[in-house]
Amino acid sequence: MKVSYFPGCTLKTTAKELDAYTRASAKALGVTLEEIENWQCCGGVFTTANDEIATKLSSIRALTEANAKEQPLVSVCSACHNVIKQTNRAMQTDADFAFRVNNYMRMQSDTYTEYHGEARVMHFLELLRDEIGFDKVAAAVKNSLKGKKIAAYYGCLLLRPGKTMQMDDVENPRIIEDLIRALGAEPVIYASRNECCGGYVALDSPDSAAKQSRKVLDGAISAGADLIVTACPLCRYNLIKNGKSDIPVVYFTELLAEALGVKETEDAQ
Amino acid sequence: MHNKDNVTERVLRISGVNARRCMKCGKCSASCPSYDEMEYHPHQFVYMVESGDVEPLLNSRSIYKCLTCFACVDRCPRGVEPVKLVEAIRLEVIREQGANHLRADDVPAKIDEDVPQQLLVSAFRKYAK
Ligand code: SF4
Ligand code: SF4
Repeated sequence: MKVSYFPGCTLKTTAKELDAYTRASAKALGVTLEEIENWQCCGGVFTTANDEIATKLSSIRALTEANAKEQPLVSVCSACHNVIKQTNRAMQTDADFAFRVNNYMRMQSDTYTEYHGEARVMHFLELLRDEIGFDKVAAAVKNSLKGKKIAAYYGCLLLRPGKTMQMDDVENPRIIEDLIRALGAEPVIYASRNECCGGYVALDSPDSAAKQSRKVLDGAISAGADLIVTACPLCRYNLIKNGKSDIPVVYFTELLAEALGVKETEDAQ
Repeated sequence: MHNKDNVTERVLRISGVNARRCMKCGKCSASCPSYDEMEYHPHQFVYMVESGDVEPLLNSRSIYKCLTCFACVDRCPRGVEPVKLVEAIRLEVIREQGANHLRADDVPAKIDEDVPQQLLVSAFRKYAK
């Protein structure tokens, strides 16, 4: 299977391993990730104001490229995925926004075809669940993670707004727990798994962000987790910064690559 | 000076929020992880915008405390989407020339070597124009 892939700025800098483990795992599972040409940073957060189109154009460019290739658009960073999915939804539901975007894009290129959110946007987790299937993932496991107790940390961007993201039940998600089970480990359920880590407020009010992160860390630790997994570089940063070395926080793709036996291969470097 | 003409109208328009749908149940504020940090809470944004009382919101640091976590959106039983009002009010402020809440010059003192790109782009998107 071939899909369009939007890595995003952080996966090219401080989260290189998130990208590398994703690529290595995809290859091991028979999926080809075709990187979007000349992609631009998604902006990190979706702007809800409906009069802004400039902040949404990088998503539009990636979406229209994937759509032209008739491929789903896959990303692995929670933030990129959130921004792209929300932008795509706006193209489907807000006629005035779509009109202005299409007018602008047409001015940039004569070959532009009108777009109304036709592309399918998928997080890598959805690709694993809906296209490959967790049973196939389980069958491909070479090094079972048996004995590990793992806390899935969703944060906010993967799930919300639920109407748009449509990935899982926003209050009682299970997609990451199901993956953890497929890899042979035991998921640990705790209350703060879908609460915000403090996000970008870490720059402006580090103390507020620290309080949010501590709630997540304390929840996972008191539920008996050995390890927290996330899909978001900012969640990981906030949790590590405020967790000192209480508990390791890793990307879910690192565990996947480890279980599939490709973590040490050249593809993962 | 902020251009106060039609602020309420503009906030309602760019947010797309119908504040009259609110039944004042407070679920948005009860779900808000930044509740303790905010002087005005999500349900108050809804109520105050509806009654045209936006001046205190424009002057409050509450607009920088919102995490854009969308909890208030998913937990509102009336589909009001309070975060869109918080965002629209913040944009009213930072779209004014010279009113950015974050300046590039201030960044080096605020970061460490592990800061992900995502944190910087997100903060600039929310705090500066
Ligand atoms: S989006 Fe903002 S206002 Fe709404 S619950 Fe989250 S932090 Fe509170
Ligand atoms: S949850 Fe919705 S209906 Fe209830 S106070 Fe908040 S905005 Fe109003």
